Amino acid sequence: MTKLLEWISVTSAAFAVWYSLIGGYVKHPFIEQNMNLIIISPIIFVILFGLYAVTVVLFRVFTFNNCEDAAKELQAEILEAKKDLHDLGLRW
Amino acid sequence: MAAATVDSEITKIDKYSILLPTYNERENLPIIIWLIMKYLDNSGYDYEVIIIDDGSPDGTLEVAKQLQKLYGTSKIVLRPREKKLGLGTAYVHGIQHATGNFIIIMDADLSHHPKFIPKFIELQRKHDFDLISGTRYKGGGGVHGWDFKRKLISRGANFITQLLLRPGASDLTGSFRLYKKDVLLKLIDSCVSKGYVFQMEMILRARQLDYSIGEVPITFVDRVYGESKLGGSEIVQFAKALLYLFATT
Repeated sequence: MTKLLEWISVTSAAFAVWYSLIGGYVKHPFIEQNMNLIIISPIIFVILFGLYAVTVVLFRVFTFNNCEDAAKELQAEILEAKKDLHDLGLRW
Repeated sequence: MAAATVDSEITKIDKYSILLPTYNERENLPIIIWLIMKYLDNSGYDYEVIIIDDGSPDGTLEVAKQLQKLYGTSKIVLRPREKKLGLGTAYVHGIQHATGNFIIIMDADLSHHPKFIPKFIELQRKHDFDLISGTRYKGGGGVHGWDFKRKLISRGANFITQLLLRPGASDLTGSFRLYKKDVLLKLIDSCVSKGYVFQMEMILRARQLDYSIGEVPITFVDRVYGESKLGGSEIVQFAKALLYLFATT
């Protein structure tokens, strides 16, 4: 099964549950009392997920390792390499 | 005891062919070769470097020939091509004359440091992984020389990709990897995309074909010489590839 099909099946299952609740196919006092909330629940879910995504991405941007030591080490090695290769007779 | 003997015999015949596709890397090539020698000669692994130059106008091939004279034809193999023909075909072209049973792919622009190669090899041997991927996004990995915008695009794209594709590897667009030779050939065969999204498809096809993937954190020092590219067209290319892979893998 492709990822696209996986997403379609999960989304339709969730939609079916939501639709059966707002369509009155499942009867329970709790559902009727919270009908407004149930109707807008997909929007709430999307907003919460969006907030989660933004938080995670920004956290990862700010904690992205800058590798200062690796850059310094490389610069030193480049100088060493140039000197060594020059001594070996390489000109480029 | 018997197992240990067999093990050491397998170890003895392992050979690593490092593929270096180059285009205008005259400045970097001698240094990357020097670094490979430094870190691999000490490790004791058998290896060769295969330079695939795509007709660089800056004379990269001339420098490569000098390096071959210096280090010998058994260590440096030249497989030049007339013009730029794409990464996938460059790998195939290089592999055709590779004598190793493992292939290591890396960039020649010094963003991939050869000091990580022995780590790739150790991890591969420990778990018999089909491929090892270097990762900038995990453990001690990271990137030098990226500004806020570049990091944001990179992290954002990575988040979306992980969400949609669940690839089983954290760095999809990186190209510092070690493959079993037959695995690499099979993956190239099953990939259709070109350019840098090719790397992403390789990992996804690997997951699809049930190959095992190991990861080693790497530090990525963005181009010391020359310009690094990430423009609008790369982003469009990436988005298209993401949708294509979403629908087909």
